[in-house]
Amino acid sequence: MNLTLRIWRQKGPEDKGQMVTYQVQDVSPDMSFLEMLDVLNERLILDGDEPVAFDHDCREGICGMCSLMINGEAHGPQRGTTACQLHMRQFSDGDTIDIEPWRARAFPVVKDLVVDRNAFDKIIAAGGYITAPTGSAPEAHSTPVAKADADAAFSSAACIGCGACVAACPNGSGMLFTAAKITQLSLLPQGQPERYTRVIGMVDAHDEAGFGGCTNIGECAAACPKGIPLNTIGRLNRDYLKATSKRAGTPGS
Amino acid sequence: MDLFTTGDPIADTKAPDGPIETRWERHRFEMKLVNPANRRKLTVIVVGTGLAGGSAAATLAEQGYRVKSYCYQDSPRRAHSIAAQGGINAAKNYRNDGDSVHRLFYDTVKGGDFRSRESNVHRLAEVSVNIIDQCVAQGVPFAREYGGLLDTRSFGGAQVQRTFYARGQTGQQLLLGAYQALERQIGLGNVEMNSRHEMLELVIVDGRARGIVVRDLVTGEISTEMADAVVLASGGYGNVFYLSTNAKGCNVTASWRAHRKGAYFANPCYTQIHPTCIPVSGDHQSKLTLMSESLRNDGRVWVPKAKGDDRSPRDIPEDERDYYLERIYPSFGNLVPRDIASRAAKNVCDEGRGVGPGGLGVYLDFADAINRLGRKAIEAKYGNLFEMYERITGEDPYEVPMRIYPAVHYTMGGLWVDYDLQSTIPGLFVIGEANFSDHGANRLGASALMQGLADGYFVLPNTIANYLAAGPLEKVDASHPEAVAARTEVEDRLQRLLAVNGDRTVDSFHRELGQIMWEHCGMERSEAGLRKAIDEIRTLRDEFWQRVRVPGDGEGLNQSLEKAGRVADFFELAELMCIDALHREESCGGHFRAEHQTPDGEAQRDDDRFSYVAAWEYTGTGLPVLHKEDLTFEYVHPTQRSYK
Amino acid sequence: MAVTGIILVLFLIAHMLGNLKIFTGETSFDHYAHWLREIGTPLLPSTWYLWIQRTVLTVAVLAHIVSATVLATRARAARPVPYAHRRKIHVNYAARTMRWGGVIILLFVIYHILDLTTGHLNPQGDAANPYGNVVQDFAADRWYVTLFYTLAIVTLGFHLRHGAFSAFRSLGQQTPKGERRARAAALVFAVALCAGYLVVPFAVLTGLVA
Repeated sequence: MNLTLRIWRQKGPEDKGQMVTYQVQDVSPDMSFLEMLDVLNERLILDGDEPVAFDHDCREGICGMCSLMINGEAHGPQRGTTACQLHMRQFSDGDTIDIEPWRARAFPVVKDLVVDRNAFDKIIAAGGYITAPTGSAPEAHSTPVAKADADAAFSSAACIGCGACVAACPNGSGMLFTAAKITQLSLLPQGQPERYTRVIGMVDAHDEAGFGGCTNIGECAAACPKGIPLNTIGRLNRDYLKATSKRAGTPGS
Repeated sequence: MDLFTTGDPIADTKAPDGPIETRWERHRFEMKLVNPANRRKLTVIVVGTGLAGGSAAATLAEQGYRVKSYCYQDSPRRAHSIAAQGGINAAKNYRNDGDSVHRLFYDTVKGGDFRSRESNVHRLAEVSVNIIDQCVAQGVPFAREYGGLLDTRSFGGAQVQRTFYARGQTGQQLLLGAYQALERQIGLGNVEMNSRHEMLELVIVDGRARGIVVRDLVTGEISTEMADAVVLASGGYGNVFYLSTNAKGCNVTASWRAHRKGAYFANPCYTQIHPTCIPVSGDHQSKLTLMSESLRNDGRVWVPKAKGDDRSPRDIPEDERDYYLERIYPSFGNLVPRDIASRAAKNVCDEGRGVGPGGLGVYLDFADAINRLGRKAIEAKYGNLFEMYERITGEDPYEVPMRIYPAVHYTMGGLWVDYDLQSTIPGLFVIGEANFSDHGANRLGASALMQGLADGYFVLPNTIANYLAAGPLEKVDASHPEAVAARTEVEDRLQRLLAVNGDRTVDSFHRELGQIMWEHCGMERSEAGLRKAIDEIRTLRDEFWQRVRVPGDGEGLNQSLEKAGRVADFFELAELMCIDALHREESCGGHFRAEHQTPDGEAQRDDDRFSYVAAWEYTGTGLPVLHKEDLTFEYVHPTQRSYK
Repeated sequence: MAVTGIILVLFLIAHMLGNLKIFTGETSFDHYAHWLREIGTPLLPSTWYLWIQRTVLTVAVLAHIVSATVLATRARAARPVPYAHRRKIHVNYAARTMRWGGVIILLFVIYHILDLTTGHLNPQGDAANPYGNVVQDFAADRWYVTLFYTLAIVTLGFHLRHGAFSAFRSLGQQTPKGERRARAAALVFAVALCAGYLVVPFAVLTGLVA
């Protein structure tokens, strides 16, 4: 099939950037979306142009590196699918496809479709962990964890940190990402000692990074390629309320 | 021979002796320690943030060292360990099914086809139990039973259930555990994290590894970073085949640069080919996707009996199908180890009985399992894998059998290290898939995660202290002549790549190199094929340096330039792999030589001639030099593997 | 947002119940309106309670607006460069119209106070006869007033539908099952409130209350 692509081109962080139109011919429906971009780039290189820079790595939907806004949807039209696993059979001959980078102040554009998602790392560094220095761990079976809790923790832990939630959110909020980690760790007994300092640290880091506030719209969960549920945000809110009330800070409470 | 020379044998001088159960314990006691107050004066560079690198950086920082960590991805959380699906082995014996440290040790040595070191493997089995404890304490959400205790399953044909897992995303969960520990140290200021940085050279001062030259992939800036020791955790080199299950960015550059500076490269030809991957769909293919091996528990592998039978699989009657694994290996059937299943698939496709595009595929059929257990049960077990398959191929595996084909998955070879995980360059440590040490000629399923974390959490942080305690080393900075020279080398090389300005893209060369390697140094190798491959690689490499086109410049983000540097190193590695494969005139594990097979087509080892590690020395313009490290087996006696 | 919202919602419920007293007849309704001024007496002087309530409501409204403005400003700052192409996946009209809906409701409230509290915009404007004021207000020939009221109330319904769910969430509702319940409850509540408010003007319009 033949397609028209309109791709955001931006030379560097300071460049203003614009949408540029390209034609691609003979796209196979069995190609992945990124392979289609590879084909375009091969041609651009041979024509003496700069290829389109885009982030990608594992190309199997787990590393979270790919980050394309395709026709206004984070990771494109197929639900539960990252851009690297999106295949061209989802499109038809003659389609025009708009490709843009994630748009958020906290994710500045590096070049073309590549953005800097270091803000997510900072949120994790601010509390998204359980302090367990190597060697200090007790025997794994010393603390049983109810299966339901372990399963729910896993569902939240499935987050790949791609940033689609931020890209899709009308408020530019990173609350689903933050909530996913908070939910995972607060569901596990190992996560209890730091439960309330964690939520405050992470939410503060989230706000400091320049993400917007959450108004519970739900666009994030709809766009999430890993199906992180919206209710994790409720858990974050509950923990945050407890943490900011006096009780959580009182020893013995 | 005309391709290499043989040098002095090499020995692992750090390897302890005595009863195998006590070696690691004793060695740990005998090693020197670094006083906590002195640790913060010592800097360690860690390259790579996968399971090995991430866990090592976090642990070293916890111990009080200053750590500088580097990764080419935009975040340390994205290293390719994240893609491991199946699980992690540990000798916990929670099932009371006869597992033990000794059995895990035994299985790993045997699974490695008797080409690994007993001492190393035993240590790996010992610390496997600590890994599970550590990960649970970090909040890794392993699968659990209703009673709240950890669930385990049997994996890769093991007879005990020792594999811990987190659905089909065990690698992701373990990596995030290490990543979070690392982020904690970054937050505390103990680790300086440099993401989107690529190591392009090793700096050696007075014979010791003292730093690296890195390129900031965003600004293009080249800088020299100095330290007291350097740890490489930069992963495997499966991407030399272009198509593999590795991430697109996985590369050999860090290891290869170290090799060129004097680190020996061990057993480069040992390549693991995974039997259950989604086949290539066309020339546009950029990578291959693995389907969990667990599918073979319920799926039956078959091809049509007749050549070129292109009927739809559902129209082929039962008696015209060849369930070849069940036919050839009646006792293990569809569950034979990876190398055997892969080679069998290649054989039937070579006979012209392959299915799908280009005849490079075999059916993995769930019709019987669906009839027996019901669609619901199959959905519960494999639902997410079936969905993934459908997303990629557009075919519904509940209705038509899956098509699978083997793909390069893991490389057992890597930089040679001693028992302390130190390479032949003092101060250069190598961990995880980047080293060669524990898997011999073939890695067992669910053992890669175990080795990565064992090295990073429990082995390296102990052994590196033994090296650092001998210091303090003389202070050196980036203005040292050796450091300046290394930096100039990097800058020159990048300029050379940019200056060719030819008429072929980097990817077109990489793809062609991959085809040569897959054809001649893939699942089956032969002397004639390997010699041909070496010629072709050399010709292609010369062409690369004359015709490659790298657009743009070295300033700022330039993904073509990154790829060009990596492919240039793959060319050199590819040649060494073929030489190693050519010199090893036997078949073992992931190395199958057509000339060395039993009458019924099984791998034939030659323990008399090849029971050694082949450690290759780089000599620049001269021929590579082979140093042999003899392997001795005191506890597990070599036998022929048989799965009939 | 949630806390101030809840205060306003409680008022809305009480206000709606009061409105429905119109069906009990003119005397009863006027008596109720008069009683409102006397709540708390003799402990409090007459109309003091009403002024306390008005103060609380005003503070709540202002706080609600301030929070909303902060969120809106943050959202704007969080995405300095807009998308060239934007598609909504999860179509949630109520959630997407909170900000403009809020502005419409605010304008309505101002009009509503001038109409039925102070009487400035009411055709009768007799403080002693609220029943009459209502009946005159929604008379058939003033259909446009009813139309405006209807639009405003429907907007309020949407605002409440997302607002109520969002308040549950902000205060820590955290299970998927609870989420389904909270969404259903918010919908039922919004519809009930809309109906409760709209039944009065429509009763007047159709002559059921005269």
